[in-house]
Amino acid sequence: MLLQLKLPSIRLNKEISVEEKKIELNKVDEFPPMPVSLGSMRVNKTSSWRNFRPIIDGEKCIGCGICWKFCPEPAIFPTNPPEVDYDYCKGCGICIANCPVDAITRQDETK
Amino acid sequence: MKTVMNGDFAASYGAMTSDVKFVAAYPITPQTLIVEKLSELVADGELDASFVKVESEHSAMAACIGAQAAGIRTFTATSSQGLLLMCEVLHWAARARLPIVLANVNRAIAPGWSIWADAQDSISQRDTGWMQVYAENNQDVYDSILMAYKIAEDNDVLLPMMVNLDAFFLSHTSEVVDLIDNDKAKEFLPAYDPEYKLDPNNPRAFGALTSPEHYFEFTYKMFEAMEVAKKKITQVGKEFGDIFGRYYDMTESYKIDDAETVLVTFGTIAGTAKESVDRLRKEGKKVGNLKIRVFRPFPTEQIIDALKNAKRVVVIDRDYSYGNEGAFYTEIKGALYDANLRIDTYGMIAGLGGRDVSTAVIKEIVEKAETSEPNKTYFIGVKR
Ligand code: SF4
Ligand code: SF4
Repeated sequence: MLLQLKLPSIRLNKEISVEEKKIELNKVDEFPPMPVSLGSMRVNKTSSWRNFRPIIDGEKCIGCGICWKFCPEPAIFPTNPPEVDYDYCKGCGICIANCPVDAITRQDETK
Repeated sequence: MKTVMNGDFAASYGAMTSDVKFVAAYPITPQTLIVEKLSELVADGELDASFVKVESEHSAMAACIGAQAAGIRTFTATSSQGLLLMCEVLHWAARARLPIVLANVNRAIAPGWSIWADAQDSISQRDTGWMQVYAENNQDVYDSILMAYKIAEDNDVLLPMMVNLDAFFLSHTSEVVDLIDNDKAKEFLPAYDPEYKLDPNNPRAFGALTSPEHYFEFTYKMFEAMEVAKKKITQVGKEFGDIFGRYYDMTESYKIDDAETVLVTFGTIAGTAKESVDRLRKEGKKVGNLKIRVFRPFPTEQIIDALKNAKRVVVIDRDYSYGNEGAFYTEIKGALYDANLRIDTYGMIAGLGGRDVSTAVIKEIVEKAETSEPNKTYFIGVKR
């Protein structure tokens, strides 16, 4: 079971209000010290280029946590069964390829 | 509290007094004792930090980058081949502007396989964006780590700092080290509280794709930060002295006011050079020593000021930039040129691979300079 793995459950707090301000970097003094987005990750849903989405079948899932561990984004929450965060899932299919019981299937996004 | 310890332990205690919260390191001779002591301090509950075992130096720095980006003070230590393996992530830490502090035990590069003192490892990492300090003794190692965090974490600096100590001459040699009380240390070095950090409640992407439109400015910002760091290093060295009684700066001049021949040295050779200056002065030679304590940022102004009246400048490098000359020699000449000073210079390569640079060797170096053609490089002690 997932719970036995003591997985850290970190979720973006999506309730936080997002002030969508466009940051113009015209002058060097306005630059942050390092290339860092100034909060844009809240508004930049990086899932826009996804061609297909992974669908987890809760019935088949044995709760091993492998998909959570392998997801490079990470866009899987370690719940039981795991839940995909479609705002950030890029559709790479790594979770699908690594699920030991084929509990994850792909659904075409382009249709 | 005064106690006796080797240079490696001085580095470990330097990290402990700095109240680091995260250590990731991979052992390598002669740095191993630093890591062993830190793991012991964490296991015994004396240091409240996470100690992460990693499979390589590359991973050690990568782990430190992650932890530091999450907003906590991190420390690592390495040496020689280990530092070279870190190279890629050293650049990353600097460009991500993470004020990580690293103790590097200066050790020769293989082959021939060597575990002895030589600065080739850190000199070859000169252009990674790390500030570099070269310690003369164990107290210097300990104090430099504390000051390194204060300098590196300054909001106008935000650059990582490497504190270098010579293999065995410091790492495994015991000396008296005056340890600073934790409370007093906290007054000098407050808790780390960065403006930019990884935070699930305030998500940001770090080190994102940067177009030609913006990359240039980030490098310019590092130039600005290095300029600020020059002032900051002097300022923090003075502040440290006012509180703890030991003063530090980017350079240290010893009997140079009336010196005709000025030795330029770094690391443990600086200590021997000062002793040599005293002995040579007894023989009637007007010799002085300029210690370069900080190599990056490079203390051009202080060097010009210290060398402007010298007749001869003799730079001792325990490193060699293949195809040119000693790295310090090149840069010292550059500083003199900046000030229109046309002084006879001598590049002396000595002590490579841990060969001892004794007072006798330094005497030989001074004599060599007095009798040789200037503006050339000489390898001291080559078996012929
Ligand atoms: S498809 Fe890729 S990004 Fe999406 S949940 Fe699976 S592993 Fe993560
Ligand atoms: S890898 Fe498959 S079985 Fe394992 S938790 Fe993920 S969906 Fe469930």
